[in-house]
Amino acid sequence: MTTATESSATKPSASVDPRAFLKRQTRWSVFEVLFWLATLSPFFLFETYLSLASQIAITALFAVSLDLILGYAGIISLGHAVFFGVGAYTAGIVSKYGWGEPISGLFIAAAAAAIVGYLTSFIIVRVQHLALLMITLGLGFIAVEIANSADWLTGGADGLLGVETWPVLGIWDFDLWGKTAYGFALVVLFILFVVSRRLVHSPFGLSLRGIRENAVRMPAIGAPNPRRLQKVYVISAAIAGVAGALLTQTTEFASLEVLGFQRSADLAIILILGGTGRLYGAIIGAIIFMVARDQLADMNPQYWYFWIGLLLMAVVLFLPDGILGGLTRLVPARWRKP
Amino acid sequence: MSEAALATRGLNMRFGSLAVAQGIDISVPRGARYALIGPNGAGKTTLINMITGLLRPDSGTILLEGQDITALKTDARVKRGLARTFQINTLFPHLSALEAVTLAVSERRGEAGNWWRRLPDYSETVDEAYEILASMQLADVCLQPTHSLAYGQQRLLEIALALATKPRVLLLDEPAAGVPRNESSALFEAIARLPDDITVLFIEHDMDIVFRFASRIIVLVGGATLMEGTPAEISSDPKVREVYLGSSHTGGAHHV
Ligand SMILES: Nc1ncnc2c1ncn2[C@@H]1O[C@H](COP(=O)(O)OP(=O)(O)O)[C@@H](O)[C@H]1O
Ligand SMILES: [Mg+2]
Repeated sequence: MTTATESSATKPSASVDPRAFLKRQTRWSVFEVLFWLATLSPFFLFETYLSLASQIAITALFAVSLDLILGYAGIISLGHAVFFGVGAYTAGIVSKYGWGEPISGLFIAAAAAAIVGYLTSFIIVRVQHLALLMITLGLGFIAVEIANSADWLTGGADGLLGVETWPVLGIWDFDLWGKTAYGFALVVLFILFVVSRRLVHSPFGLSLRGIRENAVRMPAIGAPNPRRLQKVYVISAAIAGVAGALLTQTTEFASLEVLGFQRSADLAIILILGGTGRLYGAIIGAIIFMVARDQLADMNPQYWYFWIGLLLMAVVLFLPDGILGGLTRLVPARWRKP
Repeated sequence: MSEAALATRGLNMRFGSLAVAQGIDISVPRGARYALIGPNGAGKTTLINMITGLLRPDSGTILLEGQDITALKTDARVKRGLARTFQINTLFPHLSALEAVTLAVSERRGEAGNWWRRLPDYSETVDEAYEILASMQLADVCLQPTHSLAYGQQRLLEIALALATKPRVLLLDEPAAGVPRNESSALFEAIARLPDDITVLFIEHDMDIVFRFASRIIVLVGGATLMEGTPAEISSDPKVREVYLGSSHTGGAHHV
């Protein structure tokens, strides 16, 4: 930096503390604490919107799962609803056939989605770019057709009826107002968000960013890329499965739409609007998308997507880091995390 | 003599009709400092790509410390102690230099698959990464994102990343490419300070540097080894003078 270069050879210079630097990135900021406190506001301020709030929490969790593979590992997917759908149907079927306990239901759904994720991961980690888009798209179509033709199990086009969710921990029944639904979805979102946050700040998370930044260099420093990608893909699938299961449990219904292309596409839009590779972008994107859709619900769907299309183009052109990325630029640099 | 740290046997490779490797046999003893020279397009980078597993030779074998590694993937070869740098910067633009080297160190220590513990909790790993950066004069800038580093610093980071794998054999593909001449000498001083038990094979166009830092030189022309010898033998050989130093002596031998 200056002329005093002889110190840089071995002695740590006073201005650089590597461990403190890395620690600062993992620390919870004031904004984060405030954000999570604000997620409690629907209980008090917007009670009529509790069921919307639980839909948002579910979608946010789903978007977090996509962010892990897209934002961190750089795997583009247009078929992530497959895992959401597997989770949704698994939770629904388990409940329909006599086990409506919601917490274990989430675990079962996560396991089912993780298995499907593991099986498909072998193809996913070996292709890139356009081929990856087409393969994830194709997997989505196949999943819908399988669910449709297995109507003895899934209810086919009529949807899965007869789902019944038992009270959470035997105490909180799923009421009509959605208080339990939102509470349950929010707690699950928070727990899995914390898990994802840990993952992102772990050596594994760093290696995912390494793959995203330069997949050629990674093997040259000894990293087995396919294995790392498979691992995050399975984790992401499991989280998506939990999100799907939450939807079934809170609405006591599942239809083919949980697996469909529309859901995968909306999810990609949500993540790109909010900002990839920052976890909170997934949540912010889900809030903006779902609230806007709710407010514009009276319009015909084409019209709604007109505005979404416009917003998407504006964000991609002017806020390449998404809306959250744009917001962080307003924050003074010293409060910002790198 | 003990077995070579690195050896190739009859490596052949073609890109379509172009033969980029024609029966390449090299053998680098442990701890040696070898230079690989040859005109542009001679196949030097291709040879390194084959040795490290980025390219698969059409035929031939590669031996690392006597063991056949021809079938291994790149990352498995790295785990066995074979590292390289790239002629064109192949870095992680949005990672800080510290994160990049920490990543390489944690790969070597088998920690990079852990998704539950926080990165800063691996204090030994982070400290080691910092020491490597400091040894490459990058301590002051190690918290900056890689893309914001000066070009010469990025070249040093190339080497730091390779060193973080604790290689026993290190292949340097034009480490000073694009670095001004006065800086490239300093860069090679840093390479010369590496522990004696690390075997180094480097590609370099500047003959002054080659003569100064290499104990032996391999000359590659048109995908085949033209000759191998000490700096004195190479510099006095008429064949080498003709194909490599000779005809294009107008602007000097250190073209890109
Ligand atoms: N991936 C590739 N496909 C086709 N030709 C290539 C490829 N890589 C290198 N070549 C060609 O092979 C020859 C040797 O290239 P290279 O090994 O990079 O030479 P050097 O490093 O000695 O300058 C050059 O003629 C180059 O154009
Ligand atoms: Mg080259």
